[in-house]
Amino acid sequence: MSEVPTAHTPKVHAHAPAEMAVETWESALTGRLAARFGGGISRFGSYLGQPFLEARADLTLDVLRFLRDEEAFDFLVDLTAVDRPGHAERFELVYILYSFASNERIRVKTRVGDGVAAPSVTGVYPAADWLEREVFDMFGIGFAGHPKLRRILLPDDWSGHPLRRETSILAMDQDWVRRNLGIESGQ
Amino acid sequence: MSATFLDTNELELNMGPQHPSTHGVLRVILKLDGEKVLGTECVIGHLHRGVEKIAEARTYQQFAPYVDRMDYISAVSNGLGYCLAVEKLLNVTATPRARAVRVILTELNRIASHLFWLGTHALDIGATTPLFYCLREREEVLKIFENYCGARLTTHAFRIGGLQYELYAGFEDQVRAFCGSFPGRVDEYEELLTHNRIWTSRLRGVGILNAEECKRFGVTGPVLRAAGVAWDLRKAQPYSGYEQYEFHVPTGEAGDTYDRYLVRVREMRESVRIIEQALAMLPSGPVMAKVPKVIKPAPGEVYVSIEAPKGELGYYVVSDGGKNPYRVRVRPPSFLNLQALDTMCRGALVADVVAIIGTIDMVMGEVDR
Repeated sequence: MSEVPTAHTPKVHAHAPAEMAVETWESALTGRLAARFGGGISRFGSYLGQPFLEARADLTLDVLRFLRDEEAFDFLVDLTAVDRPGHAERFELVYILYSFASNERIRVKTRVGDGVAAPSVTGVYPAADWLEREVFDMFGIGFAGHPKLRRILLPDDWSGHPLRRETSILAMDQDWVRRNLGIESGQ
Repeated sequence: MSATFLDTNELELNMGPQHPSTHGVLRVILKLDGEKVLGTECVIGHLHRGVEKIAEARTYQQFAPYVDRMDYISAVSNGLGYCLAVEKLLNVTATPRARAVRVILTELNRIASHLFWLGTHALDIGATTPLFYCLREREEVLKIFENYCGARLTTHAFRIGGLQYELYAGFEDQVRAFCGSFPGRVDEYEELLTHNRIWTSRLRGVGILNAEECKRFGVTGPVLRAAGVAWDLRKAQPYSGYEQYEFHVPTGEAGDTYDRYLVRVREMRESVRIIEQALAMLPSGPVMAKVPKVIKPAPGEVYVSIEAPKGELGYYVVSDGGKNPYRVRVRPPSFLNLQALDTMCRGALVADVVAIIGTIDMVMGEVDR
């Protein structure tokens, strides 16, 4: 079974991965957002017809509150993160929003560095409670203002954050067996 | 001074993770005042297998069977969502025949999933008979799956770009026969339950979640529709050709456990209608679109979601141009629906918690991934 690929650490890209071919996203909504936040939103893009915007992390709450209250994006579909270790601010936080009124879905993306807490959006979207806990659990990103930020899927005494790119399944397994069973895992 | 020995103390009661009505390994800590629930806290993760991490070290095709193991009651839906997401990333569309077959199998799976929910939910409440009836019909669906792809539960029925297998001889007859008999079977379940006094008194007004609360907690699927929101991704943002089929989106009014029961029962009837239409206009032609053997999508990211039996099932897939996905995020409907458990349980009785856990219809494999 030595060929099972999980046994290997996924390669961390020495060079930044190629950029996606983003088209510019322009609409009445982007006009209003640009007028309200100016340079705080660095990019309005669209890939394969799916629009997204990139905002400064400290504006996350303001942008989301604006989208919820003024633009009827009243539904947080999902909140997750992507780890890109090549970047200065390695974590990309992704908020997927939906508007029942216009049947539209958009993504709001922000970046945070390792060890920097992102603002918790639980006050804007209560659905973010468990989602932020999962991101904390899996990536080790803190959320300032979260009512009860602690691990959700992994045990409280787990060490490390599995979805960081450098975390290896094999190393996690060996570490767990060593600590909990006091033997070598043999994997 | 009043007599203190009459005061009741608040009590913390642990329910699960090994408890037959928690449908898997869910632990709920209940805070009680006598029989009344003051608050709940879910402890989840007992079934966590690191599915999203595994994806980083698998090719796009290799990862496909893993998604079946999340919501294992409706593996076909999981597979459909994943295939659609990767197809979107590759900018390919499955062939018309594959799309229709996908709809048939996915709707059969919706029926199987709702049947399993109905049987176990009724059993939790104390009605033993429906379980046997529901599993009897579910067995017919599982046999169709088994004949089609060799597996009953973790089917891996679809491939990126279409289907691996052409339909077997006799598939259409078998599905038609099922569609012919099934509505009568649903009548039987309804005869047992819908106007049953015990059933209605255990379900009506229990675990109410209104439309506003559903939206705040990210709740989708039958729970949202029972609260009166006629929102179904098959209608709102049709995929796989759902726009061709005529069907209703059943809704409730009260947003209680009884309405959610009615919504799911009606959804099973609508699924039969969809399957019959898809069979009637089943196109011929290839079942596989042109997809490269080694899938390496251009760098990019997509979010694609479908209306799974439990709600919105989404896949956020990020490609860096390599042969493995850079990141696969699964948006499991059960995870977000379960988050509303506390709101639904506050003020209810302990026995209602069992009914409310059942009515959410979550699968822990999907919550914990």
